[in-house]
Amino acid sequence: MNIKPLVYPYIPNSVPETKKQMLNAVGAESVEDFYADIPDNLRIKGKMNLPEPLLAEHELKTHVETLLSKNRTAGEYTSFLGAGCYQHHVPAVCDEINQRGEFLTAYAGEPFDDHGRFQALFEYASMMGELLNMDVVNVPTYDGFQAAATAIRMASRINGRGEVLISRQLNPAKLSKIKDYCGHDLELKLIDYDPATGLLDLAALQSNFSANTAAVYFENPGYLGLIEVQGNEISTMTHDHGAICVVAVNPITLGMLNPPVEYGADIVCGDIQPLGIHMQFGGGHAGFIATRDEEKYVMEYPSRLFGITPTAIEGEYGFGDVAYERTSFALREKGKEWVGTAAALWGITAGVYLALMGPKGMQEIGETMMSRAKYAMLELNDIHGIKAPLFTSHHFHEFVVNFDQTGKNVLDINRALLEYEIFGGVDLSSQFPELGQSALYCVTEVHTKTTIDRLVKALKEVITK
Amino acid sequence: MNPDITKQRYANGRPKLRRFHQAKWDESIIFELSNPGQRGILMPKTEVEVHEKVGDVAAALPEKIRRVEPPALPEISQPQVLRHYMRLSQENLGTDLNIDVGQGTCTMKYSPKINDSLSRSSKMTALHPLQDKDTVQGILELMYKFEQLLKGISGMDRFSLQPSAGSAAIYANVSIMRAYQRARGEAEQRDEIITTIFSHPSNAACARTAGFKIITLYPDEDGYPDLDALKAAVSERTAGLMITNPEDTGIFNPKIEEYVKVVHSAGGLCSYDQANANGVLGITRAKEAGFDLCHFNLHKTFSTPHGCGGPGSGACGVTSELQKFLPVPVVEFDGENYYFDYDRPDSIGKIGPFYGNSSVILRAFAWVMSLGAQGLREVAEIAVLNNNYLMNKMLQIRGVSAPYARGKRRIEQVRYSWEELAEETGVSSEQIGLRAVDFGVHYWTSHHPFIVPEPCTLEPSESYTRQELDEYAAIMEHVAGEAYTDPELVKTAPHNSTIHTIDHAPLDDPERWAVTWRAYRRKMGQPATSE
Repeated sequence: MNIKPLVYPYIPNSVPETKKQMLNAVGAESVEDFYADIPDNLRIKGKMNLPEPLLAEHELKTHVETLLSKNRTAGEYTSFLGAGCYQHHVPAVCDEINQRGEFLTAYAGEPFDDHGRFQALFEYASMMGELLNMDVVNVPTYDGFQAAATAIRMASRINGRGEVLISRQLNPAKLSKIKDYCGHDLELKLIDYDPATGLLDLAALQSNFSANTAAVYFENPGYLGLIEVQGNEISTMTHDHGAICVVAVNPITLGMLNPPVEYGADIVCGDIQPLGIHMQFGGGHAGFIATRDEEKYVMEYPSRLFGITPTAIEGEYGFGDVAYERTSFALREKGKEWVGTAAALWGITAGVYLALMGPKGMQEIGETMMSRAKYAMLELNDIHGIKAPLFTSHHFHEFVVNFDQTGKNVLDINRALLEYEIFGGVDLSSQFPELGQSALYCVTEVHTKTTIDRLVKALKEVITK
Repeated sequence: MNPDITKQRYANGRPKLRRFHQAKWDESIIFELSNPGQRGILMPKTEVEVHEKVGDVAAALPEKIRRVEPPALPEISQPQVLRHYMRLSQENLGTDLNIDVGQGTCTMKYSPKINDSLSRSSKMTALHPLQDKDTVQGILELMYKFEQLLKGISGMDRFSLQPSAGSAAIYANVSIMRAYQRARGEAEQRDEIITTIFSHPSNAACARTAGFKIITLYPDEDGYPDLDALKAAVSERTAGLMITNPEDTGIFNPKIEEYVKVVHSAGGLCSYDQANANGVLGITRAKEAGFDLCHFNLHKTFSTPHGCGGPGSGACGVTSELQKFLPVPVVEFDGENYYFDYDRPDSIGKIGPFYGNSSVILRAFAWVMSLGAQGLREVAEIAVLNNNYLMNKMLQIRGVSAPYARGKRRIEQVRYSWEELAEETGVSSEQIGLRAVDFGVHYWTSHHPFIVPEPCTLEPSESYTRQELDEYAAIMEHVAGEAYTDPELVKTAPHNSTIHTIDHAPLDDPERWAVTWRAYRRKMGQPATSE
């Protein structure tokens, strides 16, 4: 291979003279000496099949920007998509902090060299603790899906039982994850929802308990946007059967809604993406798990838990790992599940968000979201042939819109809405066939009356076409 | 005449060590900054017309679900929130700041700023994952093309970018192994997974979580995973092998193909944990050694920033025989449009909310595109040169050794042992690390268990200059010297960091540990935060 030596900006010692000096220093003829142990039959023959590089930063920038320019964003269009990834205003300070190189490029530093991340993540957990009224919150795991799957496994380890009752009002993708993670040794039973209210069918729940029921899992709000108001009844039934009540909650709702512990949840989990983290095509997720401060619960967390502790100096705040010996870092396969790189930067970011929002901000954003969602439901329901919401119970910021009486399907409606630069709600027709031609709409604080009115006008036109 | 201060920074022709001190702000816990009534940000309020139409939505909620006591979050104005977090960031030592060679196995390399800046484009950040495919052709094309790049780099036939990090990718690969064995009707019997002690702990932990029994191979006297032990371990119960190469010792196992054959002949699959791929890019691949599955950590080899512990990304690659089991969806191209394919009945399903950490994937794509095949090979060669250069310096320091394969070169990292120094001085590897902090560098011992006594793992990657490697080695030499002359100084370190030695005992005591501020206040007998 006749390759012209190149000096790469990211590779300081690619300067040929430096390379030569360093080889000399270690008594090597060439870098081949270091690879002497790699036999010929394992070597790549020739060069890897990759495109020509874009060596100049400007060329790279242009290339990637040209690719990205083909996207149409939820800022350029008006989006009513939610279903687990939410468009909210991201405070500039959140971005300012998570772009700091000290946070962005750190990794696994110790409490001494990375004191900042320990404190920031302790504070994140502490603010989540206030939102949730719970004393223990983990350093984030990958996402709300992982948090749910781990919460279920934690419950099963705590009581040694093997069946889990799961509300069917659940994102099918999340159920897939839970099956992948728990299905091999836990039996997962789905509990239906009431077709009118959308709330958990308590009779179905009651009839599915057994002496082997480890946990009951439900979400609040549920996947279809409904506020589950039977929390107390569900947790009482769960506890009566010696099982653990696991509730997934959207944290953005907790300025307005009671935290699940107030209606009997034992383990609370969810996703913090709504708290100051951009959607990023679904790449901005991080999961939380929260419990009471009981040893039997704490010892079942796989995640890192950062705690506050004194140092050798009076009044100095130190931090470190709580009960590290439970983790796979300490015990490999004998630890609890595993711990590794997850989503710490989003934990820090969500902490910044909660610090900015404060109690009033969380109340106000909830009120705005609920009000505007309600407004959207009322306006949409006025359109002939559209039923919004489909269910009769209370909603937070997502709701099911049914189009059956329009004679049109969601796919066509959403395609037509694109002409108006609107992303219509998530098509539920294959996820929940029993709902007919229905879509899940999401309204947040970024949707003004004007944008909602525009949707209503567009839909009127689309369904009468 | 004034003294020449530039000369004062040298002694015996060598630069003196930095008189470093980490930022120390004695920063309060954020709740202590709270002033009732202050606001950090205002969110849009409902329009009057909307309010008139919908009424009081809070009052309409059933009482049992309505929050009465607002969450006891701190109340802080915006400049003070910013200042607090700026101070905390200064008390953190990222790769941007330090010669970050001390976190071996994690490949702490330079994360190019242009890639960060591209990933922050609103054309990326403001995309909802469920938008119509016609509106996300750019990101789909990027994901599709990145998969093609990974295929070239690994020789594997198909990738999923969905796993959120390395361990998630390991778990996904275990799930694929199970799906494969199930398709052959052997899932029940094949309940064992074999790994090695010098592979990342997650290989064992993820496979165990997935319900497998774990068999761990220990090194033979040359440091390779024991081949005889592998031959004895495989059976009709073997689902597969999860292995790293080079292992965390930095030693490349030249007989890896034979290990793969042993497992294959027993009916198992072989999964290559490529956490340590940085030193072999363009040299050797998963394909040539016969692996069925592999994974890359994009936050390691592919330069994306580690984010204090994520978000990262784990890309799983498989052979064509296994591709039908990959998570859904995969990105396809019909000649005109890019789209997600969900119609894959044998798939292990969806394993995360959407398609992976897209902004991380974007950065990794840009990184590969900035280097090409020749550049990736240069990455590997310089990473390995740097490592052997540093090893040469390290082994001149009293008290340290590089166990196994003595006298041999290493690939991209070395697991060192301070056993001799510990025996002679009573100073442990961990204490050396705490003292290294005083000179502005990060240092880590190694993953447990400490098969190599008093270990540390250094991995210099390609990002550091010769002078920086000299500086790191000089710090190690200096601290080792202190261990012999003034061990107390090392044992009581750090002295120049943000904080001093912490008291670990409360962190392991259920009566005293406190994972949140509210728990701390309760245990200290103080009123709850809200009072």
